Amino acid sequence: MTTLAATTNESLAQISNVLIYSAMAVYTLAFFAYITEWIFGSRSKVARTAAALTAGTDAAKPAASAPAVTVRKAGGTTVLERPEVVVRSSGTSRADVPDGPGAHGGDEQGDLYGRIAVSLTVLGFLLSFGGVLTRALSVQRAPWGNMYEFNITFTTVAVGVYLALLAFRRNVRWMGLPLITAVLLDLGLAVTVLYTESDQLVPALHSYWLYIHVSTAILCGAVFYVAAVSTILYLFRDSYENKLAGGGTPGRFATSVLERLPAASSLDKFAYRVNAAVFPLWTFTIIAGAIWAGDAWGRYWGWDPKETWSFITWIAYACYLHARATAGWKGRKAAYLALIAFGCWLFNYYGVNIFVSGSKHSYAGVE
Amino acid sequence: MSETTTETTDEAGGTEPHARLSTAPVESTAVPGSFGGRRAPGPWGWITWTGREVLGWVRWFWRQLTSMRTALLLLLLLSLAAVPGSLIPQNGVDPMKVEDFREANPKLTPVYDALGMFDVYSSVWFSAIYILLFVSLIGCIVPRTWQFVGQLRGRPPGAPRRLDRMPAYTTWRTTAAPEEVREAALGVLRKRRFRSHAVDDAVAAEKGYLRELGNLAFHLALIVMLIAFGWGELYKSEGNKLIVEGDGFANTPVQYDDFRSGSLFSYDDLEPFSFDLDDFRATYAESGPNRGTPRTYEAALTYREGVDGAERKKVVEVNEPLEIGGSKVYLTSHGYAPVVTVRDGKGEIVYSQPVPMLPIDQNITSQGAVKVLDGYRDPEGEEEQLAFSAVFVPTFAGKGSGTMFSQFPALEFPVLAVAGYHGSVGVDSGIPQNVYQLDDRKMKQFKDENGDTLRKMLLPGETMELPDGAGSITFEKEIKEWANFQVVQQPAGGWALGGSVVAIAGLSGSLFIQRRRVWVRARSGDDGVTVVEMAGLGRSESARLPQELGELVGLVHDRAPTAPAADPEDSPVPSPEGADK
Ligand code: HEM
Repeated sequence: MTTLAATTNESLAQISNVLIYSAMAVYTLAFFAYITEWIFGSRSKVARTAAALTAGTDAAKPAASAPAVTVRKAGGTTVLERPEVVVRSSGTSRADVPDGPGAHGGDEQGDLYGRIAVSLTVLGFLLSFGGVLTRALSVQRAPWGNMYEFNITFTTVAVGVYLALLAFRRNVRWMGLPLITAVLLDLGLAVTVLYTESDQLVPALHSYWLYIHVSTAILCGAVFYVAAVSTILYLFRDSYENKLAGGGTPGRFATSVLERLPAASSLDKFAYRVNAAVFPLWTFTIIAGAIWAGDAWGRYWGWDPKETWSFITWIAYACYLHARATAGWKGRKAAYLALIAFGCWLFNYYGVNIFVSGSKHSYAGVE
Repeated sequence: MSETTTETTDEAGGTEPHARLSTAPVESTAVPGSFGGRRAPGPWGWITWTGREVLGWVRWFWRQLTSMRTALLLLLLLSLAAVPGSLIPQNGVDPMKVEDFREANPKLTPVYDALGMFDVYSSVWFSAIYILLFVSLIGCIVPRTWQFVGQLRGRPPGAPRRLDRMPAYTTWRTTAAPEEVREAALGVLRKRRFRSHAVDDAVAAEKGYLRELGNLAFHLALIVMLIAFGWGELYKSEGNKLIVEGDGFANTPVQYDDFRSGSLFSYDDLEPFSFDLDDFRATYAESGPNRGTPRTYEAALTYREGVDGAERKKVVEVNEPLEIGGSKVYLTSHGYAPVVTVRDGKGEIVYSQPVPMLPIDQNITSQGAVKVLDGYRDPEGEEEQLAFSAVFVPTFAGKGSGTMFSQFPALEFPVLAVAGYHGSVGVDSGIPQNVYQLDDRKMKQFKDENGDTLRKMLLPGETMELPDGAGSITFEKEIKEWANFQVVQQPAGGWALGGSVVAIAGLSGSLFIQRRRVWVRARSGDDGVTVVEMAGLGRSESARLPQELGELVGLVHDRAPTAPAADPEDSPVPSPEGADK
């Protein structure tokens, strides 16, 4: 390798570092903007949940998801109203609790800050994406050869998932604060504890199965994380609704925050859909890993700690899906399972690399 | 909402029996204990009574085992049971670690041994959990399959009496005749690939059978994968062989350095082939912060299939094993084998060969032993054995700063440090000896004139003389490399792979496809105007169902438009006056 190439690579790596630090700075600003949104939002006194839980007993409400579309009769000039589809939830009365307005709580200034926060998040995403890209170019391979690279890619993907959900007009803006908090923690960990100089891969990592395996693992992790945040908020919101339904009065802070979140049933459903949607990809990730292990180590499954914990995580998510399909395990119990499953995932990601020695997945660069 | 909450509390079912959209078992509270019947007097009575009782219990047990709740518990147990194996060293993963652990924890070891903690994944309790789980799985799949076949052969169930209780519902009045509406609805639904038919005054339709099929295929594929994995483990063989450049290997058990096999493996199953290691090449990062990290490993082989097949060439890399029949040859590690020559006092060569050295760090600082077992006589002419403990570094830091630790993994400044012993190497003592280590219990060290241990760092071509004319050891200029190969034979890999592909496909179908029913009822109202009702029922609540129903409504509505309303405020249920054609 010529010196010239080496210096370009080093300067690329340098640029990557600068971009990652800039992304962190911008995310920090976004973090404060989200906080401000929540603070301004607390001015509004919405209490629709209590109203819905205590008063609302009318059987069916027209759902927002069924807009009355006007259909123009072919050739004709009369515009006919298409009959409206009435949606009724089959669950408990809980399913009719309306979603909160989001962090800004309907407050205009709050909403403004919320928008600023999302814009900053987009900017931070672009910067960190650039950081990952230049890092990849500097080493001329996929940017996940060690824990540092894994982390910066992971946060980029997690924010990307969030922004994609926003772009598809999903009601997820409320997730901004917990997401960016975790992203900042993760990046902070990456640049301090896990930082590794850019470098090429050791021979064991020269395999395209590795690329497939790791990229899907990162994506799954990001999506599992989004679902876990939703699950945790579901648990809070659910206790809040339980309390209201039981005639209690939750504290002011709890009311202020939880009132602005989506209804418990919405959070629960969202978490379930997200988890269910990535589960096949997680299955695929494990199988891709097994294929790679078959090429690299001579066995496709060997109960290596990392493999074992992937398996445990997989089984835990399978438990969760089963629980959702079984009456009596829905709601909170299933949510605990989902959190346990995510805990397994986290342990697999950090714990196995840091606490369990002797894993063949020792490329982590933290030993 | 007391009226509605008691209904449709289960995703899988509603109040109407035909609202079930899944063959998933519905949890019913099994009544344990008595299974009915009285005990008649006499031995015959006892026999029939006991028979009934036993059968009842067996049935009850089977129902419990194959219930979803048990499946859930067993799954939870399985994930819990897998944990200790990841935290405690495992024989199957790293036997050396297990040895270390045993030495470090003499108190815990017997307990762990009794619990099978060093072989968790083949222990009785771990096996019991997954075998129970798979029995439960089979007991679950079989009836569900029959049920599903029944559903496929039957037709979608007719419309429930009260369509307005379905999760998605709409109604309008139209001037079209009921038969026309049903005809139109049938056309629309069939075009959208619903299985549909007219029953009484309604059209019943259903779509998304692939969900159930996917779910069954997924669970079936799990069984296939388990069997394939188990089969593979039982008939597996796995061995290691260290080969110095220029040497070869034939695939017979005796040639392996170590060999492990599954319990049903027999030596006849070993694939006949042989290969030679022509050349090993490694490259390392020459500069930069990660100087010394390996870049590539390549082992050039010449191999022959069968006992005397044609010679072929292949370069084996870390992720690219050599595949011969059902066997794969992996490159797992490498190191150096300096060529060493030992002479006796008369200058006769008693030993001359490459000595493979085991790396102890990333820069391939290596340790090894030279053992001259026979052919050597001491200056008095007595037969004796010689041995040298050796440390090898491919890149020495340089004189003055030189500890025997390598600075770089490639051969830039090789140095071999040796210390000599004489006496009995102890190979015949029955205790298994590591070829790379020296057992100096029955040996005496050679001393220099000051009485210190005789040791010397040698450059290639240099020789260390032993005292009192006892001979010499020469570090030859030629330094070879060795590579370690792992030869693995594991059948049924294709089945495992096929199973996993089916599993993913089935799982995706099961999770992404909605099974849903749509009904369209059209009948003449009291005033003679046709009332159309459309309703949809999905297996789980989903925003997609109302949307899809909305689209269907649009299509049906195009063909049976709303009767013009006299009073627009009454829409969508217009007043009868506007209903005339
Ligand atoms: C070997 C362990 C098992 C694993 C890893 C596993 C995994 C899964 C997964 C991931 C799903 C979700 C797919 C979906 O929701 O459609 C599922 C669904 C299901 N499983 Fe299992 N399963 C196992 C054993 C069992 C057993 C023993 C039973 C029966 C007692 C069972 C019955 C079901 C049923 C009925 C569903 C469908 C639920 C529904 O329709 O939503 N599974 N399984």
